[in-house]
Amino acid sequence: MTSAVMVEEKVVYERPESLADVATHYCPGCTHGIAHRIVAEVLDELGVRDRTIGVSPVGCAVLAYKYFNTDGAEAAHGRAPAMATGIKRVMPDHVVFTYQGDGDLAAIGIAEIIHAATRGENITTIFVNNAIYGMTGGQMAPTTLIGQETTSSPGGRSQTLTGFPVRMAELMAGITGSAYIARRSLHNVKEINTAKRAIKTAFLAQLNGLGFSMVELLSTCPTNWKVSPAEALAWVESDMVPYYPLGDYKVAEEVKPLMKRR
Amino acid sequence: MAAKGRIEINEERCKGCTLCALACPQTIIEMATDRVNAKGYYPALLVDPDVKCTGCALCAVACPDVCITVYRQVPSKTRRAEAAV
Repeated sequence: MTSAVMVEEKVVYERPESLADVATHYCPGCTHGIAHRIVAEVLDELGVRDRTIGVSPVGCAVLAYKYFNTDGAEAAHGRAPAMATGIKRVMPDHVVFTYQGDGDLAAIGIAEIIHAATRGENITTIFVNNAIYGMTGGQMAPTTLIGQETTSSPGGRSQTLTGFPVRMAELMAGITGSAYIARRSLHNVKEINTAKRAIKTAFLAQLNGLGFSMVELLSTCPTNWKVSPAEALAWVESDMVPYYPLGDYKVAEEVKPLMKRR
Repeated sequence: MAAKGRIEINEERCKGCTLCALACPQTIIEMATDRVNAKGYYPALLVDPDVKCTGCALCAVACPDVCITVYRQVPSKTRRAEAAV
């Protein structure tokens, strides 16, 4: 480079406007932070931040309404889709999403999420699946893998005693009112970028009034899995992804054109 | 010439989880060993004496705490060319 060429610097990555500039309470290496950030980036890109309402769950993400720079509400355990239904029906011009963990969505709230989809509610759900109850101290969740050790399955989850882990994306894809159902993972940069595109499709489905959309995100819990953050990412790839395959499980015909528009 | 970049790490927000270091293709991010931040974590540091950072932003995409701002150098000549298009 010759000295005649001036060099300027441009910002290629910074905090999205839809994410509040505050520290989060999440443990080191927890991928909740990544999930928050990519949702916020999508809201920025779609330009809908000022008319978005997020509904927080009970669980580790209970304070999510503080972290998103949008309007927010806090639902009772598992009832975020019911609350989001009410909000969306009263304010149909607003973008409404729920942000729920697996203890919230797949256990106590499984009826709410299924019926929100059966009604074809025009809301978006971000479902963070880390195969454990995080906030309460690492108990077995419906999504805990067979053989996985938790504080309430100390010898590893037994299928004879507790059955099999529930695959929510596949379950929700079977419901007629679902417009877009996908499962993604957050275990490396490539998958994070793929997950962000799926979240964008889900919000576009809502903006086009096509019905219920959900993106399941395979996530980590280094604290309760009792591994390092790097080992937790490796475990998602080696153990969770084979049982919870990644992909699009339901793409309504009307959603397909939205996936090309990037 | 390869693109040059740099990152700024908000050390007080960093939780020392190492995911940025894991994602960095140039392996130029390390956790501090000589100091901790107010929360008691060893923050991530850019250790780049040979100016290997390309500003690829993979560290920032991997960071769960949005601690990293990424800058990339662009020759102003190119920018003028872009502006002319």
